[in-house]
Amino acid sequence: MMSVSFDAVIRLLGSLGRFALTSLDRMGDATTLSLSSLALLFRRPWQGQHIVLQLYALGVGSFIIIAITGAFTGMVLALQGYYTLAKFGSESLLGAGVALSIIRELGPVLGALMLIGRAGSSITAEIGIMRVTEQVDALEMMAINPRARVLLPRIIATTIALPILVTMFDIIGLASGYVIGVELLGVNGGAYIGEMISKVMLQDLYAGWVKAVGFGFIIGVICTYMGYRAEPTTEGVAAATTKAVVAASVGVLIMNYVLTSFFL
Amino acid sequence: MIRVEKLSRTFGEVAALNAVDLQVRKHQTTVIMGGSGSGKTTLLRMLAALDKPSSGHVWFDGHDLASIRRKELYELRARMGMVFQYSALLNSLNVYDNVAFTLHEHTQLDESIIRTMVTMKLEQVGLRGFESFMPSELSGGMAKRVAFARALAMDPEIVFFDEPTSGLDPISAGVIATLIKDLTQKTHMTSVVVTHDVHAGLQIADYIILLWQGDIIAEGTPDEIRQHADERVQQFLEGRPDGPIPFSRSKTAYIDDLLHKPGVVRIL
Ligand SMILES: Nc1ncnc2c1ncn2[C@@H]1O[C@H](COP(=O)(O)OP(=O)(O)OP(=O)(O)O)[C@@H](O)[C@H]1O
Ligand SMILES: [Mg+2]
Repeated sequence: MMSVSFDAVIRLLGSLGRFALTSLDRMGDATTLSLSSLALLFRRPWQGQHIVLQLYALGVGSFIIIAITGAFTGMVLALQGYYTLAKFGSESLLGAGVALSIIRELGPVLGALMLIGRAGSSITAEIGIMRVTEQVDALEMMAINPRARVLLPRIIATTIALPILVTMFDIIGLASGYVIGVELLGVNGGAYIGEMISKVMLQDLYAGWVKAVGFGFIIGVICTYMGYRAEPTTEGVAAATTKAVVAASVGVLIMNYVLTSFFL
Repeated sequence: MIRVEKLSRTFGEVAALNAVDLQVRKHQTTVIMGGSGSGKTTLLRMLAALDKPSSGHVWFDGHDLASIRRKELYELRARMGMVFQYSALLNSLNVYDNVAFTLHEHTQLDESIIRTMVTMKLEQVGLRGFESFMPSELSGGMAKRVAFARALAMDPEIVFFDEPTSGLDPISAGVIATLIKDLTQKTHMTSVVVTHDVHAGLQIADYIILLWQGDIIAEGTPDEIRQHADERVQQFLEGRPDGPIPFSRSKTAYIDDLLHKPGVVRIL
């Protein structure tokens, strides 16, 4: 009896250790892969055209979903904020509350999660399919470095696109928060805007953008890595896509905590 | 042109190639034949430096492909072409841009010149007029012919073919086989063809290498191979299921598996 449970503990520890090791191993591999890709940014041939193409695809593909998410987030924050603040009789702070929540926290995080769902998953799937169908090898045979052509532009594109998308998210979120707070709930418009401007500091804006850049970067790194190292089968690509979405989302949330504690 | 020394490749426990030695001579068509899983694709990928050997060397015109630097490798690749088993056309580009890809990427040629070259390559594979088709709109056989045209775009010195005739109708297969033979003879191209199609292999080969489970069991001219004494060679040429090459690769006794008995050699 005793020996059985002892065995079980050993096995459990063993598999935990293995899990930790493979995770570390994969993180190391992902880091090497993306750093070696990024290093090619400064090498000829210059991939500018491909970066712009990827940026365009990301921007166009994600704008609508970001706008919708931003609008509803602003609206619900105004409702919830009003409900809470009204208990203290400080409805006039609503504008500042909505703006700080969106700019510092919800814009970058929800924007990142939307980008993962909308674009990150398709980055992984696309690269995985290029692997399965030997297009990556074909590029290699035609003397085109797949890291420079396929991975690099996508990592750069998500890193640039997310801060832009998050800024749009913020603007739309603030505007729709204003509509709900002022037009619907009757908060004084002057107070709403005034409190908002006096409480939101430049460093709040910076904090939001730094987060967005960081999130965009790890989304690019994780999603390209998962696709590039996908097992070259149909199931392999499907599994890689799921893993990419989970890993990127968890990565964003963890990084968010770290950056928030850093900025407060 | 290519010399292979004691080349081995293992995937985990599986030994795909066991220390093979071989040569690919200039201006010849070398055909690598063998059954499924005999290591043909693995060998071809290492000849083209798409994969690194576990041990051994591949010498390409004096360069060791295992230790070559990327920049040098890419210069060599300008002299190589490859037709993949499943075509590997770039999905996002149409037929014209696929065939013109290397010309666009690596030359400063005028678009009108490129257009002429692409037209000529597509005519060679009988697909002129399909320039604006996307890869997804092509049948497997058509895609393969486009891949062929793409591999020839830069007039390479050596072209690697992985199963060039499989998945083609008999007429297209014949045309492709003839084309490989003609190009090798008339333009002094060097071809390395991987196939399990005995008929096409014997037809186009100057030299044949027969692989079986990662070992070379026979090599020589088509006539030498036809008259080879080894029972395994004859079995392969005739496609008989019985003989020294077992059709089944299973390692447990059939009856044991049916009766769900643990096999004696289930592991290893
Ligand atoms: N990426 C890989 N991972 C693990 N094993 C592999 C891999 N590639 C090949 N193998 C194994 O190596 C052996 C040789 O495979 P290879 O693809 O070279 O065969 P082949 O001769 O091309 O067969 P076919 O005619 O079916 O294409 C097989 O046993 C295969 O299972
Ligand atoms: Mg094969």
